[in-house]
Amino acid sequence: MYDALHRQKEVDVNEIKIAARGVQVHYGDNHAIKDVDVDIEDKTVTAFIGPSGCGKSTFLRCLNRMNDTIPICRVEGSILLDGEDIYDKRVDPVQLRAKVGMVFQKPNPFPKSIYDNIAYGPRIHGMARNKAELDEIVERALRRGAIWEEVKDRLNAPGTGLSGGQQQRLCIARAIATEPEVLLMDEPCSALDPIATAQVEELIDELRENYSVVIVTHSMQQAARVSQRTAFFHLGNLVEFGDTSTIFTNPEDPRTESYITGRIG
Amino acid sequence: MPLLWLIVIVTALAAAGFFAGRARALQSAGGNIRDLHSLPSYYGWNVALKALVPAGGLLLVWLLAQPLYVNATVSATLPEAAIAEGSSRDLLMAEVRRTAAGLDSAVAQGLLSADEARDPQADPDAVSERLKEAGQIITSQITRPILDAAQMFRAMNATGALIMDFAVLAAALAGLGFGLRETQREFRARNTVEQGVRALLLAAASIAILTTLGIVLSLVFNTWEFFRLYPATDFFFGTTWAPSFSGRGGASELGILPLLWGTIYISIVALTFSVPVGLFSAIYLSEYATPRVRSVVKPLLEVLAGIPTIVYGLFALLTVGPLLVGVFGKDGLNIMQSGTAVMTAGLVMGIMLIPFVSSLSDDIINAVPQSLRDGSYGLGATQSETIRQVVLPAALPGIVGAILLAASRAIGETMIVVLGAGAAARLSLNPFEAMTTITAKIVSQLTGDADFASPEALVAFALGMTLFVLTLGLNVFALYIVRKYREQYE
Repeated sequence: MYDALHRQKEVDVNEIKIAARGVQVHYGDNHAIKDVDVDIEDKTVTAFIGPSGCGKSTFLRCLNRMNDTIPICRVEGSILLDGEDIYDKRVDPVQLRAKVGMVFQKPNPFPKSIYDNIAYGPRIHGMARNKAELDEIVERALRRGAIWEEVKDRLNAPGTGLSGGQQQRLCIARAIATEPEVLLMDEPCSALDPIATAQVEELIDELRENYSVVIVTHSMQQAARVSQRTAFFHLGNLVEFGDTSTIFTNPEDPRTESYITGRIG
Repeated sequence: MPLLWLIVIVTALAAAGFFAGRARALQSAGGNIRDLHSLPSYYGWNVALKALVPAGGLLLVWLLAQPLYVNATVSATLPEAAIAEGSSRDLLMAEVRRTAAGLDSAVAQGLLSADEARDPQADPDAVSERLKEAGQIITSQITRPILDAAQMFRAMNATGALIMDFAVLAAALAGLGFGLRETQREFRARNTVEQGVRALLLAAASIAILTTLGIVLSLVFNTWEFFRLYPATDFFFGTTWAPSFSGRGGASELGILPLLWGTIYISIVALTFSVPVGLFSAIYLSEYATPRVRSVVKPLLEVLAGIPTIVYGLFALLTVGPLLVGVFGKDGLNIMQSGTAVMTAGLVMGIMLIPFVSSLSDDIINAVPQSLRDGSYGLGATQSETIRQVVLPAALPGIVGAILLAASRAIGETMIVVLGAGAAARLSLNPFEAMTTITAKIVSQLTGDADFASPEALVAFALGMTLFVLTLGLNVFALYIVRKYREQYE
């Protein structure tokens, strides 16, 4: 649907990939997101920060309609991906999620081999015509996920047998394998040790060359390290959104300042 | 003193011990709970347990041992001459016990004075007359040796009960005293009570294990007995099942193969029907159904599990059988002779197993972490792709375990087979013919009037043993697979 639109467009560094306008989310009676406007730029890492329960993960899950799987969740407002409303009735959420990939808080490799984990997405989307092409896709994804060197000799070993950091990079590689345009990451490092975290952060920085990355994080240092743009959420409101350097050095809103200096959270 | 009173008194002693122990503990700490090692109630429980457990144990052992001892002693005094031709010492002892019980109730009704019942000079004929008048069942005329033995039996039991009363009370009091004596400030009552709790739980667990052991042993001994009368090779490899009851002449052929084949064939039919239906309904319930549908359908499915199997048997006999005959019988395809057939029993057994398969699979599918589903949806997979390629492979070992458990239930099922599959033991491939199973034959071998020591009756134990080994093997295999699956996520 948005394919036609997208193909004609020339990619520009500051082009807006996702534009959210007046987004409201209700979980049953709970008003989780209150009137949020955000622009996600292409080839940029955007960080969502804020105290627990502020709605940043909820908002992230709106961007690829993962909230559809929760029956009591209701989303209002508009979210435009390349100018097309993703909550339009004609949009197929399955197709959308192939374009807007997601990496979760806890590494969740499927109980299959490393190879099959990566090949899962390409297979269901019919991206490879034969085994050789699939092999190529898998190798490319694993290389871009910065895990190829560690697993190339045991592609048939189960993905669940890897260490936590390796599992998370496997999941990132798995998300990349379907060639999404946007990659959503929900606290991808919260279950990892510092070394694995550093590896994943490095990977995120490299991904910026090809993708628009949105990352939810609890760690302000991480947001400062990996992102160019930062959005601060508090109690379901988007309090402040701007360049990461500005947010961390010269925040406009007193609540942002309190949070990054550690007074609320 | 009646047994109930004894139990009440011991319990009352234990209750008193609880309060006394608690008070004593508090007193030893000068009323300050913080100076005690444990909370005051633990001291109370300690004393109560010390009073209750040894006395209760003694009571139990005494109640089990006394009848055995009295029986053996009295039996030994019976003169050889008193045993009639064709009778045995055991039968005579049964007569003695009946007489003793008759005397007991005659005394209780006031028809016989206690002295008369004890009188060693009493005339046996007069006594049996009196007992018959009192409405006591006396099969034959009481003879002198029986009356003597019965009086001795009563006397020993009365003495035994008296000694038991005193011994149990003494044990309770001694325990109480001991418990109270050790109730001091530093005494670790909490740890002692903890050990008591552990022993209690251990005892509960060992009852289950010992019962299983008892069942297995009784099967093993009787099977052994059977194989002494009938060659094991003929039993395991015989292809004919034709028991003939002794008295009607002719040797029996007791080959298990036709029965084993019937069992396996019916189980296969049942599983081919129940596994897909049960599994699909489990997938629907756990993945697709809205909470409202689920809250209606799941209890309904579980109602199926609560129906007694005899009702399923009736359903097979009266509904499914005639229905199948209508289609496959004389008026239809003409391959089915009567309503009782492998297909009838298999289908109905399949219906019985649906809730079993579906509720186990439902639990297993629900145990697959949501994060795996999210991961798959996040890659743009549809719901059925996610279920086929992620959820089911992850749940597969558990589902296989559930199917194996269902299989062992199918193998052990009896009533549906008795009513639905017929009674003919035959080796055939036609599912519309009547066949029978191991379980159904166990019933028919034991409900006949065959002598219990004949191979025709003892074969039931060999059949039971085979069935037990079969289902045990399947269960162990199923548990092994389920356990292996669990290790993946925890």
